Amino acid sequence: MSYEILGLSALWFFLFAYLIIASIDFGAGFFAYYALQTKKDHILNRLIARYLSPVWEITNVFFIFFFYGLAFFFPDAGYYFGSAMLIPGSIVLLLIGIRGSFYAFENYGSRKSKLYTFLYGASGLFIPAAIATGLTISEGGFLRHENGSVYLRYKELLTNPFSWAVVFLAVVSVLYISAHFLTYYANKAGDEPARKLLRSYALFWAAPQIIASLTAFIFISRQNPAHYNNMLDLWWMFGLSVLFFLIGIYLVYRESHYGLSFICVMLQFFFALLGYGIGHMPYLLYNEIQVTADATLPAMGTALLIAFAGGLLMLIPSLILVMRMFLFDAEYVKGKK
Amino acid sequence: MFAYDSVILARMLTSMTLVFHIIFATIGAGVPLLICAAEYVGIRKRDPKYVLLARRWTRGYVIIVAVGVVTGTAIGLQLFLLWPTFMQIAGHVIGLPLFMETFAFFFEAIFLGAYIYTWDRFKGRYTHWYLSLPVVIGGGMSAVFITTVNAFMNTPQGFTLDGRTITSVDPIMAMLNPATPSKVFHVLTSSYMTSGAILAAITAFFILKYGNNTYYKKALKLTMIITLIFSIFTAIAGDTSAKFLANYQPEKLAAAEWHFKTEKGADLILFGRLTEDNEIQGAIHLPKLLSFLSFGDFNSEVTGLDKVDADLIPPLWIHYMFDLMVIFGAFGILISMLFIVFMFWKKRDQYNKWLLRAIVVNAPLAMLAIEFGWIFAEVGRQPWILRGYMRVAEGAISSPYVHYVFAAFLILYVLLGTFVTLVLVRLYKKNPIQKEWEMRFPDTLFGGDQK
Repeated sequence: MSYEILGLSALWFFLFAYLIIASIDFGAGFFAYYALQTKKDHILNRLIARYLSPVWEITNVFFIFFFYGLAFFFPDAGYYFGSAMLIPGSIVLLLIGIRGSFYAFENYGSRKSKLYTFLYGASGLFIPAAIATGLTISEGGFLRHENGSVYLRYKELLTNPFSWAVVFLAVVSVLYISAHFLTYYANKAGDEPARKLLRSYALFWAAPQIIASLTAFIFISRQNPAHYNNMLDLWWMFGLSVLFFLIGIYLVYRESHYGLSFICVMLQFFFALLGYGIGHMPYLLYNEIQVTADATLPAMGTALLIAFAGGLLMLIPSLILVMRMFLFDAEYVKGKK
Repeated sequence: MFAYDSVILARMLTSMTLVFHIIFATIGAGVPLLICAAEYVGIRKRDPKYVLLARRWTRGYVIIVAVGVVTGTAIGLQLFLLWPTFMQIAGHVIGLPLFMETFAFFFEAIFLGAYIYTWDRFKGRYTHWYLSLPVVIGGGMSAVFITTVNAFMNTPQGFTLDGRTITSVDPIMAMLNPATPSKVFHVLTSSYMTSGAILAAITAFFILKYGNNTYYKKALKLTMIITLIFSIFTAIAGDTSAKFLANYQPEKLAAAEWHFKTEKGADLILFGRLTEDNEIQGAIHLPKLLSFLSFGDFNSEVTGLDKVDADLIPPLWIHYMFDLMVIFGAFGILISMLFIVFMFWKKRDQYNKWLLRAIVVNAPLAMLAIEFGWIFAEVGRQPWILRGYMRVAEGAISSPYVHYVFAAFLILYVLLGTFVTLVLVRLYKKNPIQKEWEMRFPDTLFGGDQK
């Protein structure tokens, strides 16, 4: 396999991992706020704080990883997206600023503030919406060349139904993934009231999630027929995705096997993102940047892959260690440590 | 005109982010060493006071890191958002260390998470302390990798250019460019020195306010020893950096030293001011010292600005940045050395009020020295963004919206700065040392005397 395909696969994997763990984090923020508004915060907040505190910095690094990897394996992609994303990217940064300070404020400085919980919840929905514009732009038709620079066509972006369909999908998916994970986590912690509440959230967001997915799918056919046709050829991947969606929902509905149901949710997104990604080939940015033609030079690509492999060798054991200490240490989850 | 404006704004926004970020980056890389040292001494000497020290420092450190993650993400993304053309070229050549920096930080974040949540959870005496080592190493490696990128901007190598297309790349050679050793050395030592100075200043402040006791004495001794060690290393690193500049970036050194004419036995010039005809007034001249600092020989020839193209001369005000950095750094050495000397010289009291006050002042000065040093390093590279290859104006974005972004980030940094101060103050006020002491050591008075 060539280095650019290997690199791209690694990036894809990081995007997928970020999608899952960041969704859990972002959604938890929203639920924390929602619970506060509906006076159910006593049920949820301790559980959420217990999961989030040890992992939030790690979540952020996945994001940096993805865009650094993209920009270094494909420097032209870095140039195009960098030029185009000044406003959405800066919005993401400002919101990350708000979230980062929330953690310090709430969890380390330990004082509750309603305004901060609101900002924390809202930023959890706006960050994915702003990041999703990157995916929208990648379908092509949103950039303009002028005097040797690249500009984003803001009006086009803001008036195109496709870009709103993507935003809708991003936000709904965040809530859906998060509700599923937190249900599983509450169940593991033996926190019955929290589990019940979160299970109802998980069931509630299922229908909007599948509707948003289909809407975005249909809008791609108008925005970018080539990509759409490629995805149709991969119909079985999306079929698998829908199948896992149904199994996941069924398990939560039956109130059994929450762990398995969350795995189904992950597989649902795994296949959807895989079908989307493979269908996206050979373009990273439609009609502008191709995977093979615009990759970095072989020496750099190889060096990045070696660094990547070495980094994983170091990180995976460390991550397992931390997960065993927090996420999967039954005593910790139950709050006894 | 509009392209030019967006270059200025892009520079202002990048400078603002860096000036803010460097505070958190310095503490982020440096303080783990002090925490690690304190916990080690505590375990080694079976003295829980040192472990308590490590615990209390860690609480504040975690908040600094939280803000550092935010500002670090900001500068990481802003490189692409504000300097897309530069990053397109640089990404081909110097992407490797930036990529590895992410790994190093990841490593640090994972173990920091483990470290802060596992006090008292292990049976082995040293087990918890081991968790601090990856934090120290991860923080240090982050600094190393990022610094190689900055070094590359000063002395780029490891690639061949054909027009605007890079035709071959050697990523390792690009990382290990001539500026790397001295810069890495300087960044690491100054970060440890400043972190030591900050923790020493906090301790000295409390002694001045609440009176002295064993706990504070131990804290001050530990932090001052570390400050002294690393301030001496910082001075050596500064000397190495000057020699590097003389050899590889003579225009930066010449601009910093107002050295207009290439000559042998060049004087070192301190402060002063320039007239309109670039004549130096009111400066202190140290004869032949610049030659000595540049090449280790009082009579060596130092390149002056007369050998540099007029449009490639960096702004001459960096002279003040350079001088202030050196003076503040020297102050740090002097203060920490006095403390250590007084510690052994029984006639003198190392806890006398004036010395304690100087230790308090030393912390902001050390941080300012780092800020001035970076301003000197960055402005001294002008007009280049990639020395010899690309000018700053060619690397920037052209967008009519940069001023909005600038305003938004200014607000963010003001808020973050205010809030982080408030949170830190509240954190320590809510759980003052006296209270925590009574909880942990109920048998002794605060400070260690028997009840």
